[in-house]
Amino acid sequence: MVGEGILKGMAETARNFFGSFVSKDRLTTVQYPEEREPRIEAARDFPFLVYDGADWQQGMRCVACQICEKECPPKCIFIEKSKDKKPDANGKPQFYPAVFNIDISVCMSCQICVEVCPFDAIKMDVDYDLSTDDRFGGLLLNKQRLSKSNDYYRRIHPTEAAEVDARLAGERARQEAKAKAATEARLTATAVQPASGEPR
Amino acid sequence: MTHLAQFAQQFDQIFVLAKHWLLGYVPAGAQPLCSAVLSVAPIIIVFPLLFAITTLLERKGLGRIQNRYGPNRVGPFGMLQPIADGVKLLSKEDIVPITADHAVHFLAPLLLVSASFMDYAVLPIGRNMVIVNLNAGVLFFFAVGSLMELAVFMAGWSSRSKYTLLGAMRAIAQMISYEVPLVLASIVVIMQAGSLSTVSIVNMQATYSGIWPHWFVFTPWGFAGFVLFMVAATAESNRSPFDLPEGESEIIAGYYTEYSGFKFALFFMGEYIGMFATSGMAITLFLGGWSAPFSFLTWIPSYFWFFAKLLALIAVFIWVRGTLPRLRMDQLMNLAWEFMLPMTLLNLLTAGIWHFMPAGPSRWLVCSTMVAVPCILLSRGLKHKKKFQVHTYHYSE
Repeated sequence: MVGEGILKGMAETARNFFGSFVSKDRLTTVQYPEEREPRIEAARDFPFLVYDGADWQQGMRCVACQICEKECPPKCIFIEKSKDKKPDANGKPQFYPAVFNIDISVCMSCQICVEVCPFDAIKMDVDYDLSTDDRFGGLLLNKQRLSKSNDYYRRIHPTEAAEVDARLAGERARQEAKAKAATEARLTATAVQPASGEPR
Repeated sequence: MTHLAQFAQQFDQIFVLAKHWLLGYVPAGAQPLCSAVLSVAPIIIVFPLLFAITTLLERKGLGRIQNRYGPNRVGPFGMLQPIADGVKLLSKEDIVPITADHAVHFLAPLLLVSASFMDYAVLPIGRNMVIVNLNAGVLFFFAVGSLMELAVFMAGWSSRSKYTLLGAMRAIAQMISYEVPLVLASIVVIMQAGSLSTVSIVNMQATYSGIWPHWFVFTPWGFAGFVLFMVAATAESNRSPFDLPEGESEIIAGYYTEYSGFKFALFFMGEYIGMFATSGMAITLFLGGWSAPFSFLTWIPSYFWFFAKLLALIAVFIWVRGTLPRLRMDQLMNLAWEFMLPMTLLNLLTAGIWHFMPAGPSRWLVCSTMVAVPCILLSRGLKHKKKFQVHTYHYSE
């Protein structure tokens, strides 16, 4: 009969209507500024610069090699290499970026900068509250706004960060071992040197 | 007790008495004009306000039906949302297409709104509360209501865009098709009441046997007429599931694609005001107008009952909109001509038989069968005719 399906549908919508007042589980809406969904680990939007330790200028991993700048497809990264060298987090003197800007209005979130970085210095962020009333200055992120600590990285991408940390620690240990071996070799060389004379 | 009754009666007539009191201060020459203004002004204030409230209720209701909150940001519980909407619409740029027929494009929304407001001239919204008691009130209502079709077609034609023209064509086809069952469904009431005056139709229904009112909806032909009238009224006011003329997903917004800003707001308002008017007519014809649903509730003012019934019908409109998907054009036409029209004609016969049979259960049995059996048979027939086949369009080749 005409109207049977209509009545069934009407009953369903009525159940939804009253049910949404009774049980909050029915409501799929997240009241955005006040409540937020937990951030998804696999999410990524814009790049940021990782620093070790507490001081963002001291611990910056970036050595201004400019690979990301060259690889960036929409050319949204701008780097100016420093003239001098500063000790990095490991105390090793390195170049550092005097200027590091990313225009996130141009960035297409492709993650290529992250893929090519040999120093694990640039990673993808999950922060989405980036709207601003200044569409030029507000979307051109400078070095300070881009710098985020390794702790933050561990918090937003735990699995990925653990892997990176392990790799970096391994590399550091290997380099330390190499340095140690080198110094030992030099020490033995200096010990042996007087007997063999100057190598010419 | 008599004091209480008297007080209730005065409270019921408070607006009528206030008008008379105000008119006492006006010189006799200006009285007809002032009387007209005092009658019309409340309608022009109250129903747009009701429109504003309805847009909010509709958005909230649809939200809840879809398991959302609906607007809840502007003011407490989003109650100031209509004001925000109004400010937004009024501050928008008014764009007129360069190829449009400017005069007609300008006049269409005005005609729609004024036509929908003219419907209220014959609606009794309370005891003694009607602007003009025409002795052809129902006829006037449908005559003015058909002006809305003209406005819609003016809008669609003058915009000179394919979408508006398609929307206008659909609107004309739909509104003319559904005008027939709309009027035929209301004729049963005119047959029974023996009058075209809305006031005497309501007065006939405002009597009680025991506690039960004599509303026409509580008879087999009245019930069928009411349902048919409401379906046709939904189609007349272009509301979902009969919103083909607007059809956002296919023809953008139909006949008002090219309207923006204030003119769009006028269209929007005109549609809702028209919907309230047809709902008001359904209330007047079938639901006893301003009369109370039980004899012991007559102390509540009559205008309260009218607006309570109106809000109930609006709620049903919103509920239906939240439930049903849009019909296809052929389904729409089939429903109008193959189901609604035969049903309304049979309903006329039923009402005649009801009138000439002696009162009693036999009359109820005969008339109920006369409504129910054709309804079942007709809907069965519609169902069986459904065939799936490749459509060929003979006229386009």
